[in-house]
Amino acid sequence: MTAATTGRPGVDTAGAGAAADARDTAAPAKARGGWRALAVQPLLVLLGVAAYLVWRATATLTETEARQLNATALWTSIREHLSLTLVAAVLVLVIAIPLGIALTRGPFRRLSPLVLAVANTGQAAPAIGLFVLLAMWLGFGFRTTVIGLVLYAALPVLRNTMVGIQQVDARLVEAGRGMGMSAAAVLFRVELPLAVPVMLAGVRTALVLLVGTATLATFIDGGGLGVLINTGITLNLNSLLVSGAVLVALLALAVDWLGRVVEHVARPKGL
Amino acid sequence: MSDTKAPAGATVASSGRRASGLPIRLEGVTKRYPGQDKPAVDAVTLELPAGRTTMFVGPSGCGKTTLLKMINRLIEPTSGKIFLGDEDVTGQDPDQLRRRIGYVIQAGGLFPHMTVGANVALVPKMLGWEKKKVAGRVDELLDLVGLDPTVYRDRYPRELSGGQQQRVGVARGLAADPPVLLMDEPFGAVDPITRQRLQDEMLRIQDELGKTIVCVTHDFDEAVKLGDKIVVFDVGARVVQHGTPEEVLSDPAEQYVADFVGAGATLKQLTLARVEDVELRQVTTATVGGDSAAAVAVARAAGDDFVVVLDQRGRPVSWPTLAELGRTTSVPGTVDARLPVVGLRSTLNDALDTMLAASQAGVVVMGNRDSLAGVLTIESVMAAIRQARAAVAG
Repeated sequence: MTAATTGRPGVDTAGAGAAADARDTAAPAKARGGWRALAVQPLLVLLGVAAYLVWRATATLTETEARQLNATALWTSIREHLSLTLVAAVLVLVIAIPLGIALTRGPFRRLSPLVLAVANTGQAAPAIGLFVLLAMWLGFGFRTTVIGLVLYAALPVLRNTMVGIQQVDARLVEAGRGMGMSAAAVLFRVELPLAVPVMLAGVRTALVLLVGTATLATFIDGGGLGVLINTGITLNLNSLLVSGAVLVALLALAVDWLGRVVEHVARPKGL
Repeated sequence: MSDTKAPAGATVASSGRRASGLPIRLEGVTKRYPGQDKPAVDAVTLELPAGRTTMFVGPSGCGKTTLLKMINRLIEPTSGKIFLGDEDVTGQDPDQLRRRIGYVIQAGGLFPHMTVGANVALVPKMLGWEKKKVAGRVDELLDLVGLDPTVYRDRYPRELSGGQQQRVGVARGLAADPPVLLMDEPFGAVDPITRQRLQDEMLRIQDELGKTIVCVTHDFDEAVKLGDKIVVFDVGARVVQHGTPEEVLSDPAEQYVADFVGAGATLKQLTLARVEDVELRQVTTATVGGDSAAAVAVARAAGDDFVVVLDQRGRPVSWPTLAELGRTTSVPGTVDARLPVVGLRSTLNDALDTMLAASQAGVVVMGNRDSLAGVLTIESVMAAIRQARAAVAG
């Protein structure tokens, strides 16, 4: 019948119109709120950086401290820290996402408890212990540190990839197959897009974990900002200790913010 | 096969209806799940006529949905053969097969991250249609299911009501003009009033398109209303009866069917009779913005005590009494959200429901393409009931 279709007196259309109107006004408000929340974090980070620079310019430092905290040395530490984090992050993504996807596919589904258990152990084991054991086995240095970091940070990405895909409504998958989409098309055009928010949350968690855990690299000769902290503790040089800690925290906050921005931008419209 | 004349009384208004669909033939189709001693579907052989709607009814768990999903091979049959027209599709590539078979599920099953237009365009795009052709087809289909393309094309599913989502689901199923449309409890997730409208809508669309539709439902009234043929299933998808709604209602094959349809109740006949079969009352109409006094005068002369107000496109918006209308100078355009409306293909049951829901003694009847067909009063419905009872008594 045509009455309902044309939006004539109908519970159907009338209700929908009202609901849609309510959403139309709600959606932009939500987006604005989201961006505002996202704007606070980088401001805090910038404030922190500024405060640190002011302190650094005015503080009286011992000779050792000054040597470690001059611009070149500091930049080298930060760069080492970032490269540890980035290389490990890329490897985590390359390994954990395809693995997570594979574990939600037919025949491999049975393996998922096993793989999750291994990944859980990786994360439950104290990171420092994991690093030292790995170093004894594979030798000290950058490469071993990266391996340790990857083992440590793979779980959140793996688990969120699996959960993200599993929580996609099974009827949508069936609708996709029912209209003639191939299994791969359903994965790439339906399941993965709908899993993106959960997956990205896992990636962000992993990144923050990585920035923090990379401070332990110093113990197996991997470099990074952990060197400052470690030297500060062993030589009782508080300026070094505080510098290392503050810079790692600022770095973690900055990375977390980047992750949130990506989540905000990559979130599929319509969800 | 049965492009032949359907047996007498196959449907109320099927004569001359165009049939663009292909017949479906199931031969000994069986589905056995490992670890279960009884097959979920046991050697079903059925012929579903081209261009007609066949309703699968039966209690939940009887295997009707499994059987439906074996037609597009979402579930692979353990044995048996499935023919689309003369073509054995049992061994065909399932993805290719499914692109030729529309599939509509409960609540539409729309992809929430794609716009309405993108959802509808999915299958045509998979079939490699040109961009322009796809865009035109999307608009055409949204129009067909009664959604204004300019308003809805770029919206996301969550911005739509349940009924509208279901409409888009139907549009998506029809997108590539498949000869066959499978529907799995399509109207199960919407409220009764919306459901009735969607059913009316589907009857209208089917009148236009003549697809071979197979539709699963557990609601027998829905089966009677929508079906040209009804297949009643028992456990194991055993076909208990396969016939027209009239046959199933008046002559249930087994006690089981009689229990299931609740036969014997005269009021059931109301689900067989359509609004178009009853004489409608022609009423005085007035157009929004016209002169109230003149409209009142015309109505008085015709002996009506109310007027149906139409908007510029001829769609009814309200039906004020002459007293109400007399208090205004020009005919008001206020939309009466509670105005009871049914279609010509609605059943008398729907009409009675609508009257009761609106606490009115009549309903406005819409004809084809947004036009007013008249008004159905409760007296005509009562007369139809009396007639039916007399016929049964006999």
